[in-house]
Amino acid sequence: MHIVVCIKQVPNTTDVRINPETNTLVRDGVESIINPFDENAIEAALQLKDEHGAKVTVISMGPPQAESALRDALALGCDEVRLVSDRAFAGSDTWATSYALAQAIKSLGGADLILCGKQAIDGDTAQVGPGIAEFLGLPVVTYIRKLELLDDGARVRVERVFEDGYEVIESEMPVVLTVLKEMNIPRLPSLKGRMRAKRAEIPVLSAEAIGAEEEKVGLKGSPTRVVRIFSPPKKTGGMRIDGTSPLDAARLLVEKLKEQRVI
Amino acid sequence: MVEVDYGLTEEQLEIRNIVREFAEERVKPVRAELDEKEEFPRALLDELGRMDLMGLYIPEEYGGFGGSTLDFCIAVEELSRACIGVSVSFAANALGSYPILFAGTEEQKKKYMTPLAKGEKLAAFGLTEPSAGSDVSGIQTTAVRKDDKYIINGTKQWITNGGEADIYSVIALTDKSKGPRGASFFVIEKGTPGFSFGKKEKKLGIHASATRELIFEDCEVPAENLLGREGMGFLLAMKTFDQSRPGIGAQGVGLAQGCLDEAVEYGRHRVQFGHPITSNQAIQHMLADMATKIEAARGLVYASCRAVDKGGKGVSKISAMAKVFATDVAMEAAINAVQIFGGYGYTRDYPVEKMLRDAKILQIYEGTNQIQRNIIGQALVKEYASKKK
Repeated sequence: MHIVVCIKQVPNTTDVRINPETNTLVRDGVESIINPFDENAIEAALQLKDEHGAKVTVISMGPPQAESALRDALALGCDEVRLVSDRAFAGSDTWATSYALAQAIKSLGGADLILCGKQAIDGDTAQVGPGIAEFLGLPVVTYIRKLELLDDGARVRVERVFEDGYEVIESEMPVVLTVLKEMNIPRLPSLKGRMRAKRAEIPVLSAEAIGAEEEKVGLKGSPTRVVRIFSPPKKTGGMRIDGTSPLDAARLLVEKLKEQRVI
Repeated sequence: MVEVDYGLTEEQLEIRNIVREFAEERVKPVRAELDEKEEFPRALLDELGRMDLMGLYIPEEYGGFGGSTLDFCIAVEELSRACIGVSVSFAANALGSYPILFAGTEEQKKKYMTPLAKGEKLAAFGLTEPSAGSDVSGIQTTAVRKDDKYIINGTKQWITNGGEADIYSVIALTDKSKGPRGASFFVIEKGTPGFSFGKKEKKLGIHASATRELIFEDCEVPAENLLGREGMGFLLAMKTFDQSRPGIGAQGVGLAQGCLDEAVEYGRHRVQFGHPITSNQAIQHMLADMATKIEAARGLVYASCRAVDKGGKGVSKISAMAKVFATDVAMEAAINAVQIFGGYGYTRDYPVEKMLRDAKILQIYEGTNQIQRNIIGQALVKEYASKKK
C-alpha cells in the first residue's frame, strides 16, 4: 500500500498577526512548523504502516525552506519525502496548488490513499485536499476522525464529523481523506529518526518534473486573487465586573442592566 | 539569546531538543496527576522507548544509541525540568544496567541489554538494606552456592523501580567472612520463585517513582546469573556510583531550572503595589542567585560527565562534587521558588509545591550529600599526601 500525505509548512502561532500596512502575515521571528492537522494526517499514515505495512511518502509544496518540515516528517518514520518547489509556482492559489500536488502524486505513480490535514492554520481554506481529489478524479471524504481498512485494504470505512453528529462512510480506494485533530495524538520523533533526517537529501520536484502545464500554476494559473486581508477591528466599550463575590457581581450586573433599561 | 557554550555536539543538542519537547508536551500535562495518584509513569517510559531514549546509554551492538554519560545526563536534565519522579524512573534503568554493562559477559549483555534498549523491559539496582545504607559493608543478604545455583536470602530496601522493573542487579554476600570483599552482583529476573516485593513506600515526594522492598526467600538463581567473579561486588557498586552520580547532579540542574522557569514566569505576572513583583530588587536578587548557581552546577555536572567517560583515578571525587553541588542548588532553588510564589506556592495548584517536596530526595539518595563530602574530603587528603613524596 502506498500512502501519500500532503503537508504544509506554516508559522508556529495560534495568534496570527497581520501587518496593517501591507496586509500580509507577519512572519518575522515566528518559527515554522508542520501544519498541526497535517501532523494528524502523518500519524494516521504511520499507524496504518505500523499495523498493515505501507510505504508512506510525504510531499509538500513550498519555498526551499519548507524542506525542514519534510525533515521533521522523515524523523517521525515516513519513508520518503518530496519537496514540490519551483519559481513557477510562486503566487499559486488553492486551485493551482491542488493541481501541482495532484501532478506530483501522478509523477510518483499515484497512491492507494492520500491523506491531508482538514485545513492549514494560516490560510484556513480547507480547499486543497478536495482539490487534489478533483484533479486526480478520486473520491474524497473530509473531516474524518476515524479510519479503518476493509477487505484487505480494498476499501476504507471512515467517520466524518459534523457539528451535531457524524456519518459513517465507506469508499473504494484510492481515496483522498482530510483528517481532524481528534483523529489521533501525533507521535514525537525518535532520536535515531531525527539524526537520520538531519543528514537526508530532500529530493525536489520542479514544475517540469511533475509535468505541470505552465499556464496552470503560479499567479498565472490562479483564478482567485486576495484583494484585501485585514485584522478585524478590536472590540471596544463594555465593562468588566471583577474583584467581588459572585453574589455582589450579580447584583451589580442587574443594577447596571436596569440603568440601561435592558431589563 | 546567547547561551553558555558547553561545546555540545550537534547530536547532544538534538537530544536536548527532543527530550525538551517530550517533557513539555507529555510530562508537564500529567505530572500533577501522577503525583496526586502516586502512579508509575509506564506510558511515558513506553513512549521514551519508541523514541530510542531508553537505550540512550546502551552500546549500539545491543540495540542502544551508544550515547556518552553527557548524552544521558542531558536527557535526565530535561526530563527533570518537568518532573524528577519521571526522570528517576527513567534513570534507574541505567543504574540497574551498569553492573551488567561493566561486568557482564557478552551473552549476559546481549540477553539483558537488548530488551532494555528497546524499552520493552525495565531495570533496577538493589543494594540498600535496612541496615546497609551509606555503609555498604552492612549488607546481610547472602548468596550461597549450591551446585549450579545460588540460593539468595535477604531483603533490599527502597529500591527505585522495585516491582515495576523486570531485571534486577542485586548485591549479596557470597563469602560472609570477607566482609565487603565477599560481596557479588547477580542478575535476578522478576518472577523468579522466592523473589517477591514488599509494599510500595509512601514518600514525601517523587510520587511517580515506585519504591519497594525486594524480598528473597530461598530464591534460586542459576550460577550463570553471577556478574563477573565472586567478590567483585563492592568494587562494582563503587564503579556504578561513580558513573551514576552525575545523573543525580543532572536531576538537580533540571529541577532547579524548572523552579527558575516557574518563579520568573509567576513573578512577571504577579502584581503587588501596582507593579509585577519581578521589578522588586529583593526578588531580582533571588532570581539572579538561582540562575547563576544553576549555570555553575550545569557546568560542573557536564564537566564531571566528561571526566567519568575518560575514567581514571579521582573520578569519584569529581562525580561526588557534581552530585553534592547540583543537588544543594536544587534544594535552595525549590525553597526560593516557593517563597517567590508566596501563599500560592504552598498549594498544590502550582507546580513549585511538588518541586520542593521532590527536591529533598536529591540530597539523600545515591549517597547522602554528607557521604559525598566524605568522598571528596578523603580523596583530597589522599591526593595531597601523595604529592608530598
